[in-house]
Amino acid sequence: MASVSTIDPAFLDKDGNPLFHLAEEPHHPEGSSTMLGFWMYLMSDCLIFACLFATYAVLGGSYAAGPGPKDLFDLELVALNTAMLLFSSITYGFAMLSMEKNRVAATQGWLAITGLFGLAFLGIEMYEFAHLIHEGATPMRSGFLSAFFALVGTHGLHVTFGIIWLVTLMAQVAKKGLIPANQRRLMCLSMFWHFLDVVWIGVFTFVYLMGMLR
Amino acid sequence: MSAHDQHDAHGHHDAGHSHGSFGSYMIGFGLSVILTAIPFWLVMTGAFANPRTTAIVIMAFAVVQIIVHMIYFLHMNTRSESGWTMMALIFTIVLVVITLAGSMWVMYHLNTNMMPQMQAMSPHDMSQMP
Repeated sequence: MASVSTIDPAFLDKDGNPLFHLAEEPHHPEGSSTMLGFWMYLMSDCLIFACLFATYAVLGGSYAAGPGPKDLFDLELVALNTAMLLFSSITYGFAMLSMEKNRVAATQGWLAITGLFGLAFLGIEMYEFAHLIHEGATPMRSGFLSAFFALVGTHGLHVTFGIIWLVTLMAQVAKKGLIPANQRRLMCLSMFWHFLDVVWIGVFTFVYLMGMLR
Repeated sequence: MSAHDQHDAHGHHDAGHSHGSFGSYMIGFGLSVILTAIPFWLVMTGAFANPRTTAIVIMAFAVVQIIVHMIYFLHMNTRSESGWTMMALIFTIVLVVITLAGSMWVMYHLNTNMMPQMQAMSPHDMSQMP
């Protein structure tokens, strides 16, 4: 029994017999693991985008005698789009700062501005897509265009859902205020929103700017 | 009682996360604007005669900007969640590099070695591989 006595008393029951499991589940406050879990989700989302980027890298030069990036892309429009997303990132940052100071009206205001920048980004992207499709550069035209629409479209879809989520959270904050649960949700959306901006850095560099160099 | 519990939970929850300050957000934003503007300017004006040089430079700018966003906007550090966010990030970066580099490498060799008839076609079709 000498070996038993060297065991940490936390792992012995009241009769001194060793325990092979925790007598009680350790207590975790509600939501304490949410941020790590959400980060794991973002990382898996990152892998989806990695696959789409890899597809674009492989197919991006298969024009099937159709139009190439130089014929289709308008860099000034892309620069404007990039600016919209960058502004929405900093305004979301301001929303988070207002949230920390517990200012409901300021938080809502910055969230609304973030949403408007997000909508402007989507509007410009829809205009670009409509323009491409009108010119006959549809996803069916070539491997390059399939990969382009899949990659940029998936990013746009993420932004769309981000805006829906943002509006939902604004309604939640309006109804319940900046309660801890809402603060946690806003922090998750913050990570999602900034993550989309990071993906967009890859898109404008790899797809648009590199496309113009080909 | 419930208010007290919620407050405790919140305090706990905040401990692992830094939100950044007005200053850090503005530094991140300023750096991002510069790191975005320069690559666009380089490509739009064709500042470098060699497109390969431009490609390498704008890729370098993208990498730096992604790191800036990670630090100033996503508040990444080695301490949050006892380092598990950083571990997950490193694991993801390894997978992303394998996916991208592997696909491009394999498909480049496939294109150059297995489709001899393609060589006769216009250079337009084959020039795109890095």
